[in-house]
Amino acid sequence: MVNKTATKSAPSLRPRAAGGVLLKDMRVSTGMRIFRAFNLVFLLFVVFLTVYPFLNIIAQSFSSEGFINAGQVNLFPMGFNTETYKLILAESTFWTNYGNTLLYTVVATAISMVLTTSFAYAIAKKDLKGRSVFIGLAVFTMFFNGGLIPNYVLISSLGMRDSIWAVVLPNAISVFNLLIMKSFFENMPRELEEAASIDGLTQYGILFRVVLPLSKAIVATMVLFYAVANWNSWFQAFLYLDNPDLFPVTIYLRNMIAGVTTAGSAGGTAENVGQIAANIQSVTIVLTVIPILCVYPFVQKYFFSGVMLGSVKE
Amino acid sequence: MALRLDAPPEVVPGAEPSKQKKRRIKPGSWKLALKRDWRLYTLLALPLAYLLIFRYLPMAGNVIAFRQFQPGGSIFGEKWVGFKYITLFINDPSFWQAFQNTIVLGILTLVFCFPMPIIFALMLNELRSQKFKKFVQTVAYLPHFMSVVIIAGMILQNFSMTGTVNQIAESLFGNTMNFTQDPGWFRPMYISSEVWQTMGWGAILYLAALTRVDESLYEAARIDGANRWQQTWHVTLPAIRPTIITLLILNIGTFMAVGFEKILLIYNPLNYATSDVISTYLYRVGLESSNFSYAAAIGMFESVIGLTLILSANAISKRLAGTSLW
Repeated sequence: MVNKTATKSAPSLRPRAAGGVLLKDMRVSTGMRIFRAFNLVFLLFVVFLTVYPFLNIIAQSFSSEGFINAGQVNLFPMGFNTETYKLILAESTFWTNYGNTLLYTVVATAISMVLTTSFAYAIAKKDLKGRSVFIGLAVFTMFFNGGLIPNYVLISSLGMRDSIWAVVLPNAISVFNLLIMKSFFENMPRELEEAASIDGLTQYGILFRVVLPLSKAIVATMVLFYAVANWNSWFQAFLYLDNPDLFPVTIYLRNMIAGVTTAGSAGGTAENVGQIAANIQSVTIVLTVIPILCVYPFVQKYFFSGVMLGSVKE
Repeated sequence: MALRLDAPPEVVPGAEPSKQKKRRIKPGSWKLALKRDWRLYTLLALPLAYLLIFRYLPMAGNVIAFRQFQPGGSIFGEKWVGFKYITLFINDPSFWQAFQNTIVLGILTLVFCFPMPIIFALMLNELRSQKFKKFVQTVAYLPHFMSVVIIAGMILQNFSMTGTVNQIAESLFGNTMNFTQDPGWFRPMYISSEVWQTMGWGAILYLAALTRVDESLYEAARIDGANRWQQTWHVTLPAIRPTIITLLILNIGTFMAVGFEKILLIYNPLNYATSDVISTYLYRVGLESSNFSYAAAIGMFESVIGLTLILSANAISKRLAGTSLW
């Protein structure tokens, strides 16, 4: 078993080297073994540290206030309690906001995909006149932006406040995603498109009937990138939405967290309010995180491949 | 076959006459480009409109830093007031405190959060079991996919009076600390959570670069008698150097914007002394107190510094290391 994994791992030194080199290798291996053990322990520690806050939140969400107040909850629930879950799940605002998150994510991702794909496809054409200007216009916004206030003023004066558009439009194109898609399209064999155009397909036809069907992997990756970003976003909604019925669930959670900090700083009996809220907060966090945690293991490899695609070009 | 050959002129309107005129139109002219690629330009229309409205219009909107602005009025303000708002913030001690906090947090982020992913990637690279490596990676990427609101919630809970960090502090030192409100604890709280959040995902580009290192370089180094540490130092690190430099430039570019959303979620008036950064300060001045022009002036200052930083970082690395973004 050990041997098998060793041969599989690329940078390992054991198997491939021949004769003297291997012997030499064996001699240093005491120090090496210590390092490997340390490495393993360190990485396990990293895993534990990464997972701990999640476990802690889950434990708190199932604990009763008394134990949270006393600071006794860490890895496991104390004084098992599911009342808070029932409370939150019965709350209609929570469900409305959850629905909003879903709606915003779908709409925003659709808009982003249409804009990004058409933009990337056009600027991937090396002989398009004005191409470098279009690329420059996009890339410049990565390093310089209008800033919070002018954006706020603009969105307000466009009359988008308190509407879905304030959430789904302002960040529709991520230049990073655009560049990944562009380099993917650039690396497509030219002959394919040439053949298609000889067959009488227009540039639209080529995009929809030839290029996109061959780009399913990159399209899936982009959809994931945008969907996660939109699912997690809160600031646009926080700035532009006043009507609680329009809030995404991140704002529901944010208001809960903010409520605790103000209650804490106000002092007095508020201390207790803050502690009880710790339990409610944890429940809300768990309920918000669940969809991501469920999907994450299955989709994370697409994120990795997406980043790889983007990095190959650079 | 013949049908197919006939097809292209049919679907491109106006292509037939262009064939005869072709010689009269200068090659490379806009007229020709439009005639040939008008479909591509229509694809560009919406994205360009988006960029102009949501990216470039706000840039132009920065003129309100020099103009009186009336809420509900023109987005470009009402009348010129010159450098009134610039001098206002230059004489504002709260601004300079936020400025100082931004620099300190920015430097701490660079010092602690930038090298961690490199070390992490190198350590992952030493693992022999690919399964275990995959497992560690999968877990370590997780925080990257969490909303900053959730991260903030976790930070505040873990650092609260009864949270895990205080449980540890109590068992070690016998007393608890007010991490979330004491200005002295804000920076450690922010930086440690930032490392937690960014270390795993930050390693991904290095890992990608590491897979492309030529295996024969290691063999050559081994034959030359290099031990594992020397191999790392002389083969691995030089191989991922371009990636390191690229990411360093990008990090320097976001130096001024230090974790705005996260700070906005976890700070409170009690720790403004260390937690208030330029972006949060201008947020409060602009949107909570409605001093739009004043805040726009601060924002413009911030973006100009950001742009200057990335341009100079890029120029320096081009000079010294031969690697640059453009």
